[in-house]
Amino acid sequence: MCLAVPAKIIKINGDKAQADFGGILREVNVALVDAKVGEYVLVHAGYAIQTLSRKEAEETLRLWKEILDGEDQS
Amino acid sequence: MIEEMRLRDAALAKRVAEKIRKIASSKGIVKICHVCGTHEWTITHYGIRSLLPESVEVIAGPGCPVCIVPAYEIDEAIKLALDGVTITCFGDLLRVPGSKMSLLDAKAEGADVRVVYSVADAIKMARKEREKEFVFFAIGFETTAPSTAVEILKGPPENMSFLISHRLIPPAMKALVEMEDLSLNGFIAPGHVSTVIGMKPYEVFPRDYGMPTVIAGFEPLDILFAIYMVLKQLRKGKPRLENEYVRAVLPEGNVRAQRLMRKVFKAEDGRWRGLQIIPESVLTLRDKYKKYDSRQKYDLHVRRGVDIRPGCRCHLVIIGKIKPTECPLFMKACTPHRPVGPCMVSMEGTCRIWAGSAQPINERA
Ligand code: SF4
Repeated sequence: MCLAVPAKIIKINGDKAQADFGGILREVNVALVDAKVGEYVLVHAGYAIQTLSRKEAEETLRLWKEILDGEDQS
Repeated sequence: MIEEMRLRDAALAKRVAEKIRKIASSKGIVKICHVCGTHEWTITHYGIRSLLPESVEVIAGPGCPVCIVPAYEIDEAIKLALDGVTITCFGDLLRVPGSKMSLLDAKAEGADVRVVYSVADAIKMARKEREKEFVFFAIGFETTAPSTAVEILKGPPENMSFLISHRLIPPAMKALVEMEDLSLNGFIAPGHVSTVIGMKPYEVFPRDYGMPTVIAGFEPLDILFAIYMVLKQLRKGKPRLENEYVRAVLPEGNVRAQRLMRKVFKAEDGRWRGLQIIPESVLTLRDKYKKYDSRQKYDLHVRRGVDIRPGCRCHLVIIGKIKPTECPLFMKACTPHRPVGPCMVSMEGTCRIWAGSAQPINERA
């Protein structure tokens, strides 16, 4: 239930938006975020709770690399 | 998505697991606690515990929002349902045992209990069926509470009220770290709750309790990295707060969601199923919005219930004190088909997750 899934905003009409969940379209409430068409949001129980950075995967991979390469034997 | 696949690099997972083995102390057990049903699912589903050395234990705290709703709050919903009010709730809640029965049992007795995907669905129903009284059973942590706040601020229809049962994660983490016999060494903080509340509410854990705290995402690698980050902090002897889930969690969180939540709710001391009363951990409606409070509207006074049935050990499972397999009823008297305790019901309950996903259950009877 605390699961949130990413979806792409297709169309916005006030608080309501059409979002694409990997091919399935669903209505999502966007009152809690500033999302624009084309952006990805994290959706929990029908409400977008955060916008996702486009470079999400890159950022994470960069962080992971930093952690692995970081000095850890101190 | 290609990106998702890159976040599931098996070779990388091996490398991190090796690093974890190297850095893990040989002196005594390190106990890292997460507080999220989805984290437990990832950990169990991908066999992450099998990658860890024996000296590193990852335990599941009270991170299943359905499991920690006290039985008396379920009894409240059942009472309303049997009195002819239409109860709307998330599907996970239907089969959770109250003191005597579940909402599903009430439905079988003819009560109008409906599963909704979101609070908005409940409101739509209430607008359409004006002649009926509707209650939305508002459970969930900081991920869910903002959506309830949005709808209350919009002004729900007259025939709609809310059985507020939202609870807050950081106060529960505080309760865990203060349980002396649990002796935790680090926290993995829940990623989705953190997208809303940001990093600040966790600052207290490294500062006042010396607990390394890492906010983590939900890919297996997210969890492995978070474990590694906690161990690294322990090794250095410098506990701090780190964010591994940078792709979704901003340091300040979702400020608008926080503001709306504060506007509508206030935090009070309250009970969690199987746990004692946790200070400032339960949301209630502010006076201005009390007219939407089902407890006030229907003058509900249920205050006592049977949280833990004889033989069930959910109260120990939800604080990670025992594993589900240490409960004598696990997969014997208690199965996903015939759950004895709340932890066996929800897809986020530790017992349910450990029972495996092999047994499909029909939630929609
Ligand atoms: S296996 Fe069943 S009875 Fe045992 S602790 Fe889990 S929910 Fe309770």
